[in-house]
Amino acid sequence: MNLSAGWIIFYLLVFPGFLFTTVVGLVYVWVDRKVTARVQFRVGPPFLQPFFDFFKLLGKDTFVPEGAPRSIFFGAPILGLASVSILSTVLLVSNFFPSQAFGGDLIVVLYLFAFIPIILIMGASASSNPISALGGSREMTLYLAYELPLLFALATIIVKSGGQLKIGDLLNWQWANRPFLYSVSGAFAFVSAFLCIQAKMGFVPFDIAEAETEIMGGIVIEHSGPVLGVLKLTKAMLYFVVSIFLTIFFWGGFRMPVKGEWWHIFGWLKPIAILVLMVLIKNTNPRLRVDQALRFFWSIVLALSVIGFILAAVARSAQTPILWL
Amino acid sequence: MLKGIKKGALTRSLWVYHVAASPCNNCDIEILDLLTPRFDVERFGILLTGSPRHADLLLVTGMVNKKVLDRVLRVYAETPKPCVVAAFGSCAISGDLFVDSYNFAGPLDKHIPVDVYIGGCPPKPEAMILGVVRAIEKVKKLKDL
Repeated sequence: MNLSAGWIIFYLLVFPGFLFTTVVGLVYVWVDRKVTARVQFRVGPPFLQPFFDFFKLLGKDTFVPEGAPRSIFFGAPILGLASVSILSTVLLVSNFFPSQAFGGDLIVVLYLFAFIPIILIMGASASSNPISALGGSREMTLYLAYELPLLFALATIIVKSGGQLKIGDLLNWQWANRPFLYSVSGAFAFVSAFLCIQAKMGFVPFDIAEAETEIMGGIVIEHSGPVLGVLKLTKAMLYFVVSIFLTIFFWGGFRMPVKGEWWHIFGWLKPIAILVLMVLIKNTNPRLRVDQALRFFWSIVLALSVIGFILAAVARSAQTPILWL
Repeated sequence: MLKGIKKGALTRSLWVYHVAASPCNNCDIEILDLLTPRFDVERFGILLTGSPRHADLLLVTGMVNKKVLDRVLRVYAETPKPCVVAAFGSCAISGDLFVDSYNFAGPLDKHIPVDVYIGGCPPKPEAMILGVVRAIEKVKKLKDL
């Protein structure tokens, strides 16, 4: 891999980093709101609504609560934005140019994914509001709940591909054989990873940390104006990033299983399909309590991912690796 | 041009915080009508928020009594400017049948600047939508943007 500094900056800031993810992420927020509205037999907001919201928040005042450390209060959202930009850059560069990725980028992705709840907890506890501190502690509990099943799900696909730690190699394996989703162990891993991502996004039934109707937005309750705008933008970019995360690791990236370059355009519909599935689950379930969520993740979801892991190990240890298992 | 973008964005995405200043709960129930499929004000970018820090439009319901006045003033101070205030229902506008009460702290516009009046006991959804239209017109005329 030999990239000039100019290209790295272009990747990070324009495509597929910050700017691209911003635009696509805001469009994904619109998809979420529109699907939600249609489920409730409403019309829903216009296409540009998330952009209006963002620009409006940039133009409003910001209050710093009394007793809040300014550096963390303003710094946390910016760190979150930066980490999501890097995350989307690493994921998409591996998808489009698998040869330009670096070794062990899977580990980097996992670390950056873990960084986002930490940012939220920092921002919440920096706002010196008891309700947002409550939201922060719930976010932490939830993070402890879903992290282990998520790691097991990823370990499953690593074992299945024969120990690849590069996202590009994982993708090449899927293109050469079959996407992980279309095998028994991969399907188990996908279901548990999907539920973990649902919790990471703070979607119902795991919106325990934000709980609009209970603790009034929880972690973001004290943020206003541009600070809130940046937090919302981070969340919007995360919509896109988690969708491509699941697509790349389980569904063979943006490539379609047909011959011909132009068919791959339709690969862009895969992350949208995953998003719509998440939104439908979000709209048809009630919120769990944090202890219920913890029990759910540490029993059912963990069991699913461990079963997937064992199946993958069995499939790998056969004379010729069994692809469908 | 920057001002134009700011103003345009604000008129298309008014987030509402609902200040319950000792209401009888009738107005509060009626507000939720606007979010139902029949009226669906999210078409115009209007959302209910849980925190005054996120709000652009304060809907004050109920007759403002002496006990709750401090809180109303505080919520108004906590709302990031530019914001608009709507007096919602007859009670917030004039005190209605509580006008002679020992506890009545005066109509809302005696204490904070009110931009929009939405009359009725409770107001009809049509009246509320008219109020929202007036609030948007008010935002367009705001000078400090």
